[in-house]
Parts: sequence; structure tokens; C-alpha cells
Amino acid sequence: MELNTLWFWIIAVMFIGYFVLDGFDFGVGMSLPFLGKDDTDRRVLINTIGPVWDLNETWVIVAGASLFAAFPEWYATMFSGFYLALLLILLALIARGVSFEYRHQRPELKWKKSFDTMIVVGSAVPALLWGVAFGNVVRGVPLDADFNYIGSFFDLLNPYALLAGLTTLLLFFTHGVIFVSAKTEGEIRVRARALAIKSGLVTIVVAASFLVWTTLAYGTFASGILAAVAAVALIAAYLMNLAGRERTAFGLMAVTIGFAVLTLFASLFPDVMPASNNVANSLTIENASSTPYTLQVMSWTALIAAPVILGYQGWTYWVFRKRIGRTHIEAAAH
Amino acid sequence: MNEWLDPLLLSRWQFGLTTIYHFLFVPLTIGLVTTVAIFQTAWYRTNKAHYLQLTHFFGKIFLINFAMGVVTGIVQEFQFGMNWSDYSRFVGDVFGAPLAFEGITAFFLEATFIGLWIFGWDKLPKRLHLATIWLTAVGSIASAYFIIAANAFMQNPVAYRINEEKGRAELTSIGELLTNPIALSAFPHTIFACFMVSAGLIISVAAWHLARNQNLETMRPALKFGLWMMVIAGALTTLMGDQLSLAMVEAQPMKMAAAEAMYHTATGANASFSIFTLGTPDGVSELFSIRIPYLLSFLSTHTFDGTVEGINNLQEQYVQLYGPGDYAPIIWVTYWSFRWMIGLGIAHIMVAVAGLWFTRKGRRPQAWMWKIAIWSFPMSLLAMSVGWVFTEMGRQPWLVFGLLKTADGVSPNVSGLEILISLIAFTLLYGALAVVEFRLILKAVQKGPDPATVPDPVSGEIKHTTTVY
Repeated sequence: MELNTLWFWIIAVMFIGYFVLDGFDFGVGMSLPFLGKDDTDRRVLINTIGPVWDLNETWVIVAGASLFAAFPEWYATMFSGFYLALLLILLALIARGVSFEYRHQRPELKWKKSFDTMIVVGSAVPALLWGVAFGNVVRGVPLDADFNYIGSFFDLLNPYALLAGLTTLLLFFTHGVIFVSAKTEGEIRVRARALAIKSGLVTIVVAASFLVWTTLAYGTFASGILAAVAAVALIAAYLMNLAGRERTAFGLMAVTIGFAVLTLFASLFPDVMPASNNVANSLTIENASSTPYTLQVMSWTALIAAPVILGYQGWTYWVFRKRIGRTHIEAAAH
Repeated sequence: MNEWLDPLLLSRWQFGLTTIYHFLFVPLTIGLVTTVAIFQTAWYRTNKAHYLQLTHFFGKIFLINFAMGVVTGIVQEFQFGMNWSDYSRFVGDVFGAPLAFEGITAFFLEATFIGLWIFGWDKLPKRLHLATIWLTAVGSIASAYFIIAANAFMQNPVAYRINEEKGRAELTSIGELLTNPIALSAFPHTIFACFMVSAGLIISVAAWHLARNQNLETMRPALKFGLWMMVIAGALTTLMGDQLSLAMVEAQPMKMAAAEAMYHTATGANASFSIFTLGTPDGVSELFSIRIPYLLSFLSTHTFDGTVEGINNLQEQYVQLYGPGDYAPIIWVTYWSFRWMIGLGIAHIMVAVAGLWFTRKGRRPQAWMWKIAIWSFPMSLLAMSVGWVFTEMGRQPWLVFGLLKTADGVSPNVSGLEILISLIAFTLLYGALAVVEFRLILKAVQKGPDPATVPDPVSGEIKHTTTVY
């Protein structure tokens, strides 16, 4: 396999890592108004992701930097082209991140509530807009001969991309709610499971429509198979949650998100940013990539670092594997 | 187009604003995480209660600060592509690799182990828990190395060849890129300056409490630690700054000339360093200055009879090399930022030296001395900021020295209006968060350390309360 092909799939894996991990953080954040009846509940919810949200978010930094290094043209075209959408994502991520750290710094309920609002909005906006962004990448956008995006912000809000955004929003929401049911104990666990049963149905309908649309309009035989795996995993996750097997359901949601991202990347390949106006202006793994030398250096780094990173991140999840509930919050001196 | 909506100007303001802001939090993160690790190690070794109190106290301030560093950092990475897409296309093959290394090796380490440290007090064995804060420190320091190596490429491009067909720089040697002479001096200079910022914070906080005669059992050792840390880190920062200026004269002679506002090449005694200059408003002639002969020659070449090239001479050379254009940065910015960096740096090192003298053998300084010591932290932070303003403004008009001008790096397809929107949004959000952050840190500082935790009388174990959000 050529190195630029390898890096195309490594970038895919990094975005899978980001969407699977920060995806449930977004879901937990969005679930605050649905599952958090009082401040203690909301603290239980936030503490389910407390030790890990930062490392989960770091996946997008690593994915972005790797995109820059491996496919500079793709990075430059996508980030300048989606300027306002990425601005909204950045503002949302800032608001969400500081809120986790700041909301517990003062006891007043009004203080906490304003940061809760920032967490909800700061989780929902990226959950929606990452889908919109990737939907547009797959669909193709107008590019000039220098690969610069020549459409407007509103061109990005087309039906296919909006459906992609709605799909990620719902997938992350259900993923997060199932994570809550797998990570908490007591009443909140029961409520989370019940909510995931409801939201799961809507998610299945929306995600299935999106996967069908992707396969028919932009897909290949291979991407169709990947889409089918994603759909089956989503339905299986739903059934497992229905059966009360929350951790299995959570694992299957991760599989769903992983295969959904693979579907998008397989539909793209070997393009990375197809031009909708003129095929000659499309960015591909050939004309967008770095030199073989740079990719080789990066490959060695990734090869050596990957087992270490996966090792200590996995260990972290194992350290914080216990369920938490209201008693933990009430017992902790503040 | 309306000149207010010039994408280049707005993008430069946005990059400057967001970078300076981001780098208010980063030095404190790097300095404090190391300091907290030292306090926790001292507690681990000696079991003395006040070390644990200091660990928790400065740990809390560290965490309030840490979140801001993380979230404002994402903006930095995204901005290269968003606002400087032509720059990204030009340098991606070279500049992207250290950024990717930073993420893969440093950021993951930092982000993972900080979570383990915050939430792991009662979940991990004592020794392992201590290791988590040290690994966080290693991650934060390693990240500084990679980003400074990337920045050094912009100051002094090495390890590349130009691909004319693709119109970009391409990496030829990763080893050479990571051992750029500018990076080798700028990294220790910056890291020791980060320790100065952390020492500045400790001195300010301890002085505030000691002036009120409270929390003596924790704040007295804290003050002593902060003062020593400041003196040692200050000396090392100065030494490395000297190394950096030698490398800078090699790579960017124009920057040194601009730092001194020296228009004509000078040798020996004439290569003097002016401490203060009053010029005519147009900056062309000088009314009054205080000068130290030979000093500029010494700073630039480490000899007393060295020759330092002047702005006008360099301008002529550059016109020959690169074609018509203005190759000097904004002189008043480089001249004054260079002086403020050095002046503030020396000033607060002196405060620390004086502090050690006046507190020797348990002596108590006079009340007015505390009032000066409290300014250590703002001084160190400001010195850090103006230092980077000097480095980056001194690079102008180049984005990558000699290869790409700033004007040629900006995204051609992002409109001035879009950038104005983002500039306003960042200014408002960052401004609001600065107020909240400042108040929270002030409140945590004034509250002081929590009382010492008493070990359980039966088991002798100390029960830590798990930090929960």
C-alpha cells in the first residue's frame, strides 16, 4: 500500500477515535436537561466523563495536526472553506471545556446553571456541525483551480449535509445517554436507559436514511457494505439496550460510529475533497498529500506511539471503570 | 474593498490576539505543573503536611488555569488552516510534522495523565499517583519543544528544499528540523521563563498571605521555594536568552538591528546598547539616549570588537536578494518589546534576590517590601508576552524568513467580513473568560490552603477527598 493511502486510513481512524470518544462526551453534555433533575444529578452526569473528556477532545487536535502534516492541501482547503462552521465549533468547544472546570468553583445555583447551558450548547453545536462538515466533504464542494473553496457559508447548509449533521447529533446523543446508563447507578441509570430507548428509535430512522442516501448517491460496493455493518450495529445496540445490557449496547454504538465514519471515507476514496463544479479541481490522495519522506517519518512515529497511547488511554478507562451515583457526589467534601 | 475589512490585517490581529491570550495560560501551566509535581514529591518523600497542602493549593490554581490553555490551544491549530491556508499549503510538508508529533507524543500524554491526577487521588497507589503529575509535566514540556521547533522553522528555515512545481517547501531531514539552532536556544529560554512565571505566582501569593501574617506554616516555605526558583530560573533564562540572541544574529540579523533600532552598521564601542531612547515622533532621529558602549557588540558576537549590521545596510542587501520591498519590521515595536522583556526580567529577578536577602535566617521584611513582591507574577507574565511579541513582530515582513511573506500566506478565499466576525467573537468570549478566570484564581488565592489533613489515628492513612466536578 502506498503511504498516502495508508495515511488516508490513519486519518479516518483518528476521526473515528475522536467521534467515538468525544461523541459520548457530547451526548452526556446534551443530556443534562433530560437526565439531570437537580444539581446532584447533573454533577453525576458530568463526573461520568470528568476524568476523560480532555483526553477525548485531544483526539481532534491530533487528527487536525495529522491532517495538516499528511495532507496539507486537504487541511488548508477544508479549514479555510468551512471557516464560519469551524469558528462555531471552536467557540462551542471553548465554552464546553471551561464550563466543566468552572461550574463547580462556586456554590450559587445561578452560576452553575449558566455553565450548564454552556455545556449543553457547547456539546450540541459541534455534534451537529462536524456531521455537516463531513457531509459536505463527501458530497463535494465548489473549488477553484488552486483548490480554494468558492462557495458561501449557506451553500454548506444543503439537505444532504444537514441530514449528516442531524445523524451525528442523534448518534452522539444516544451514544452518550447509553454511556450514562453504563456508567451510573440508581435512578439516573434507569432514566438514561429509558431515554436511549426513545432517542434510539429516532436515531435508527435518521441514520439509516443518511446511510442509504450516502450509498446511493456517493457510495461504492465496499462503502455499501460498511454502511450495512453500521446500520446492523446500531440496531443491535438498540436491542441490547432494550435487553438491559448497557455496556454491550455502548460497545455496539462505538462500532456504529466507527463504521459510519468508514462509510464516509470509503465513499470519498481516492478523493479527499471532491470538487462539485469541476472534477479537475478535486483534491485526491495524490495531489493533496505530503512527500513520501514526511509520510515515512510520520508512519514510524505513529507505529511506535500507537501501542503506548492506546495502552495508557485504555488503562485510564480501566482505572475509572466503576459506576458512580448520587452517593459519591454527596460523600465528597466540596 | 473597505480597508477595514482587509483580510490580511484582520487575520494578523486575530492571530496576535489569540496567540498572546493562549500564551498567558501555557507558561503558567508548564511552570505550575512542574512546581506542583515538586511539592507532591516533597510530600511523598518527607510526609510533611505542609507539602501536601501546597500541592493541593497550587494544584487548584493550576487546574483553573489548565482548562483555558487547552481550549484556547485548539484555536491555534485550526487557525493555520482557517486564516493562513496559503501558508499551510506552502509549509505543511515541513511544519505539519512537528505539530503532529506534538499531538501524538505530548498532548495525549498531558491530557490523559492530568485526568488521572485530578480524579486519581483515592484510586491509585501513592507512588503511581505521583508519577501521573510528572508525566503531565513531561507532556507539557515536550509539547513546548515541538511547537518551538515548528516556530523556529519560520524564523530560520532549515531541512527543506523548494519544490517549484508544487510551489511548496518539502522536508529533507527530520533530525535537522528538530535541531534547528534557533529551537535549541529558544526552547530552554522559554521553558526557564515558564518556571519564572510559576515562581512569580508563588512569590506573589506567598507575599500576599505573609503581609497579612496568615498561613505562615505553608506560605513561608512557599516563599522561600519561589524566591530560589525565580533566581535559578532567572539566571538560566538570561543565559539561554544570550545563546538565542547569538543564533538570532546568525539567522535574522535584521531582527537584532531592529531590536536596537540601529540604522547603520557599527563596530566595537559604537555598537552600543541603548537602555532608553527618546526620538522624534517619526523615529528617524534621536533626541536623547542612555547608552552602554560595546554591549551590543558583545550581545551579538560575544566579542568587544564585533560588527553589528544596521537596518539600512541589511535593507539594501535584502532588496538585492529578494527584490524590491521593505524588509524591516516595525522598529518601535521591536525596540521597546526587547527592552521591556529584558527590563522586566531583570527587575523581578532583582526582587527575588532582594527577597532572599531580607528573609535570610527567618528575618521578617518590612511591610512595603511585600507590596513590591506581589508584583512578581504580573511582571513575569508581561515579560513573557512582550518577549514573544518581539520574536514574532521581529520576523515581519516574513512569515517564513526569506521564503514566504506574511501577505502571501493569508487565506485568499476567506472574506474580511468573516474574519471580522471571528475576531469580534474571540475578543468577546476571551474577554469574558479572562474576567471569570481572574476572579476565580484571585478567590482561590485569597482563600489560602485548606487546613492540614490529619491522618487516620488507627491506620495512619490520609484520606483524600476525590476531586469531583
